[in-house]
Amino acid sequence: MVRLQLRNDVSPALNFALPLAAVAFTLVLCSSLIRIAGASVVDAYGVMLSAAFGDTYAITETLVRATPMIFTGLAVAVAFRAKFWNIGAEGQLLSGAVLSCMVGAIDMPGGIAIALMFVAGFAGGAVTALIPAVLRLKFKVDDVVSSLLLNSVVLYGVMALIEGPWKDSLSGYPISPPIQDSANFPVFIEGTRLHLGVLAAFLAAPVVWFVIARTVLGFKIRATGENPEASRFGGIDTRRVIFTTALLSGGLAGLAGVCQVGGVHYQVMAEISPGYGYSGIVIAMLARLNPLGVVPAAIFLSAVMVGADAMSRATGVPAFIGQVVQGVALISMLVALLFTQYRVQFRKVAA
Amino acid sequence: MATPLVEMVGITKRFGPLLANDHVNLSIRPGEIVGLLGENGAGKTTLMNILFGTYAADEGTIRVEGKAVRIHNSAEALAAGIGMVHQHFLLAPRLTVMENLLVGMPRQGLALDVAGARRKLDDIAREFGLKLDPEQRVSSLAVGEQQRLEIIKALFRGARVLILDEPTAVLAPPDVEGLFTALRAIAARSLGIVFISHKLNEVRALTSRCVILRHGRVSGEIADPRSASTRDIAELMCGHEIKPTIRPPVIKGAELLSFSHVSTASHPGTALKDVSLAVRGGEILGLAGVSGNGQKALADVVSGMLRPVSGTVSIDGQEVHDFTPAEVQRLGLGRVPEDRLASGLVSSMTLAESMALPRIAEAPFSHRDLLSRRGIADFAQKQIREFDIRCSGPNARTGTLSGGNLQKALLARELAFDPKAVIVAQPTRGLDIAATRFVHEKFLALRAAGRAVLVISEDLDELMALSDRIAVIYEGRIVGVLVAEEATVSRIGLLMSGAFEKAA
Amino acid sequence: MNAVLEQIFQVGFLAAIIRIATPLTLATLGEMISERSGVLNLGIEGIMLISAMTGFMGAYYSDNLWVGVLTAAVTGAAFAALHATLTVFLGVSQHVCGIGITLLCTGLAYFFFRLSFTDSSHPATVQSFETIPIPGLASIPVLGPALFNQFGLTYLTALLVPVMAFMLYRTPWGLNLRMAGENPRAADAAGVNVMATRFMAVTLGGALMGIAGAFLTMAQFNTFTFGVISGRGWIAIALVVFGRWDPWRCAGAALLFACVDALQLRLQAAGVSHIPYEAFLALPFVFTIAAMALMSRDAAAPPALLRPFRKEER
Repeated sequence: MVRLQLRNDVSPALNFALPLAAVAFTLVLCSSLIRIAGASVVDAYGVMLSAAFGDTYAITETLVRATPMIFTGLAVAVAFRAKFWNIGAEGQLLSGAVLSCMVGAIDMPGGIAIALMFVAGFAGGAVTALIPAVLRLKFKVDDVVSSLLLNSVVLYGVMALIEGPWKDSLSGYPISPPIQDSANFPVFIEGTRLHLGVLAAFLAAPVVWFVIARTVLGFKIRATGENPEASRFGGIDTRRVIFTTALLSGGLAGLAGVCQVGGVHYQVMAEISPGYGYSGIVIAMLARLNPLGVVPAAIFLSAVMVGADAMSRATGVPAFIGQVVQGVALISMLVALLFTQYRVQFRKVAA
Repeated sequence: MATPLVEMVGITKRFGPLLANDHVNLSIRPGEIVGLLGENGAGKTTLMNILFGTYAADEGTIRVEGKAVRIHNSAEALAAGIGMVHQHFLLAPRLTVMENLLVGMPRQGLALDVAGARRKLDDIAREFGLKLDPEQRVSSLAVGEQQRLEIIKALFRGARVLILDEPTAVLAPPDVEGLFTALRAIAARSLGIVFISHKLNEVRALTSRCVILRHGRVSGEIADPRSASTRDIAELMCGHEIKPTIRPPVIKGAELLSFSHVSTASHPGTALKDVSLAVRGGEILGLAGVSGNGQKALADVVSGMLRPVSGTVSIDGQEVHDFTPAEVQRLGLGRVPEDRLASGLVSSMTLAESMALPRIAEAPFSHRDLLSRRGIADFAQKQIREFDIRCSGPNARTGTLSGGNLQKALLARELAFDPKAVIVAQPTRGLDIAATRFVHEKFLALRAAGRAVLVISEDLDELMALSDRIAVIYEGRIVGVLVAEEATVSRIGLLMSGAFEKAA
Repeated sequence: MNAVLEQIFQVGFLAAIIRIATPLTLATLGEMISERSGVLNLGIEGIMLISAMTGFMGAYYSDNLWVGVLTAAVTGAAFAALHATLTVFLGVSQHVCGIGITLLCTGLAYFFFRLSFTDSSHPATVQSFETIPIPGLASIPVLGPALFNQFGLTYLTALLVPVMAFMLYRTPWGLNLRMAGENPRAADAAGVNVMATRFMAVTLGGALMGIAGAFLTMAQFNTFTFGVISGRGWIAIALVVFGRWDPWRCAGAALLFACVDALQLRLQAAGVSHIPYEAFLALPFVFTIAAMALMSRDAAAPPALLRPFRKEER
């Protein structure tokens, strides 16, 4: 009989090894899918690697794709640290996208526009995240279900906008008016899409890490998540902490939307987020809620997605393998985490 | 003599280093009501949990009606005719009486046999005088009725032996009479009953025989509880008189911690009823009482975790207004909670962080919202040295420390900021002798420095050694305060058990 | 307003309500039974999708629609069983695991479908279910064709509601299941195997979710498309709360939602409404969030929901 017994020590080596083990397991499992599709595993993964990292353009594409996911990964990591189960990053991203698009469409100097877009996007996401937070604090509503359901509400709201007042009157296409050209994020490398948002994401990760690891607020967030009872006993206002966490988390997810509007699409359409909010959950778990770990985890997922597209064109393996990787990675990471909490014991059953 | 319904022979159970049951023998004969007495931690509940299948004994055998059996879970216990009424009822409040009775019954057909169940219920009502409306929702039952349901549940499943764990802890006096009548009726039908309790007068009134556990061992058996002296019983429970430690005389100062007519709303656990208590500087006041008589509420009120509905609490003359942990801390109260890892320290954080938690927003732990890692580490290092905390360093994961070292850390955390008054609950639970001595020395040092110390403990030896005065709490009230010279184990034991013959 | 009334009193409209309500009811009942035992299954959206896909493939390759339905049920049960193994036996976070299952199932569904049917310009179809008129009843004016000329699966679903109510409230199996969700410690002390009970409940729920998916690809439509579920799983989560975890109320909630859905489809087609149709789509979500806040949710939800049950040896 297998028993799980609470463990009380974790070697740092284990911390590192677990996500790698989960990723390795995922890739191995998914290789079977490649074989089922009739392609050679080596070829397929080879294409994936070169499409993601093969040349400068490939790397920039991977980074561009990773950017919104770094932000949603950060958003989820911060929230989960406080045990605020923010499954609503998807909706918060959309809110951020919409608000930043509105601001970006106003005629003003580029620099100011971009700065305001960031502010507006952060605010949009933050306010959206407040709803499940307030519902939890005031009405004891489960934050998972409420943030999940809110995603759909926000999505419908966005659709109503782009099919209604924002509809392109010329083509009748459900898409928002674009932001001003001056508000388009500058691109760093000629011929690529490597835009300002990528830099913002790479800057955000260490900043968020700093807040969590080195500030009083970060301490309170961690303490609240680890042991709310002891935190309250120690004088920490856990309700306020949850509130602040929601604002921070939602804001970060909103920034993901800002990047997509300002750096990639320059306008809002219904498909602006192919599930980046949910990918954020996978990324946060792989990173073990460490903001610095979010970056490599996001790049991993992005590489998989970019690579999967190329893989499908080259080998006929459907690109959806990328989504399978996400699901398997998340589940294997959950199982792997068990090994940090519990020691597996094999006991003989008494006769 | 009739074959015992149940015989437990040589039962031994360890939880890690703790020996909860040490070769315990217990038998229950038909028609008997056996009292199982002992202080908290004596091993009574563990023993019965083994009988009911919740735990597995490491050694020993259980015989039911002469045949050796192995009981792995509650289903098997019930099948063997053993039923248990737990201290915290195991009922589903939103379901009806009938549903709570029928759940888990083996060998039922496709549909619930409601008619058959009703018949059975009528039989039980007739035989034992226990009646309930089957269609009533459990949430609308009074506490006494819920307990009746628990008993009916056991009888419904054909129990021949009924275990009751501190059944009167939740009952008001009139309900207690009803319970006793029912139990007598059950015993009259040749069933056997095990009655776990710490209340001597009840045990005297009800049981035909008593078995007393102390530190996991049977310390004595009393064949005729009605005629045994309470002093003898108390001594068997709590141990022999202990000479108090030499406490140097200290001049008492002003009241540094006081409660005045404090009452709390009903609370999971017993609520406080008009409690007035004061601890002066240079004094250690011990609070004795069996767990569950209001200590938690009292500790919570002082700690700023629970607001009383009436009365005032003052720390060094300043009245507590908001009842928040931050406020009482600011007023100069040091607090060491009972649950070290649940309410005190965060097991997944480093020791240094755990120790910095209550004052994280102040120097030396932070400066303007930025954590000062140096400050946090230095503080921890200093306390580790001064309090001899055994660990791998300030960065050790809090959860890796042993109980004794956790306690030292909690103490250090508070004492480093020179509190005027300190409240500690169960300070040496699970600690070895060296750690216990260390902690006691710290309390005596506080006392010598003119501080006030309130020690809540279930360990009478400890209280007798430390306290200048001992107060006893029972069912949310302070039922007596004894000065050290007058405090004897038997007097305290009596007050703790609700027998007020010799109250101070 | 006239236009609205015109729409409502059409036979086709009533029939549409029933049709739309069928997969919703199945999915809601499936989630309900899982949650009643104490396990939240957020994998529902993905499970419905992959079961819709495998069911479709089963029907397509075997030329038999009921084989498809069976395949869908088995698929749903299998992935739900995976969720149950992880959450009930291993005790991982129910929330996160459910999201993982949805991601996994969605990816697998699209992957295998694309592999099998590479020609997207000529989508594969099956001969979808035909409606089965009940002789006699089907000729009642107005109600007859609406209620009694429906798919076999719809009749089965309608039967399922009272059956499920009976099983939940009047059988030992159902009582033990409810107890696992009310107070697992009490259930355990009474001799119920809480983990096995929860596992069974989640798996059975998954089978129902699978059949819901099958209905969409084989009755309501005749093919599998990527958007075939489009949020119905999340709606079911909402409807369970709305239906207060009771089979009859859940079915009622599904019907109510189906009414609104059918109405907004028709109003859209008639080009009538000034209110964007998305408002209607968002309505159940908004309602549910509000309901959760106002209806003391604690009173209705199974108390042990989301709490893993572990037998602790101290």
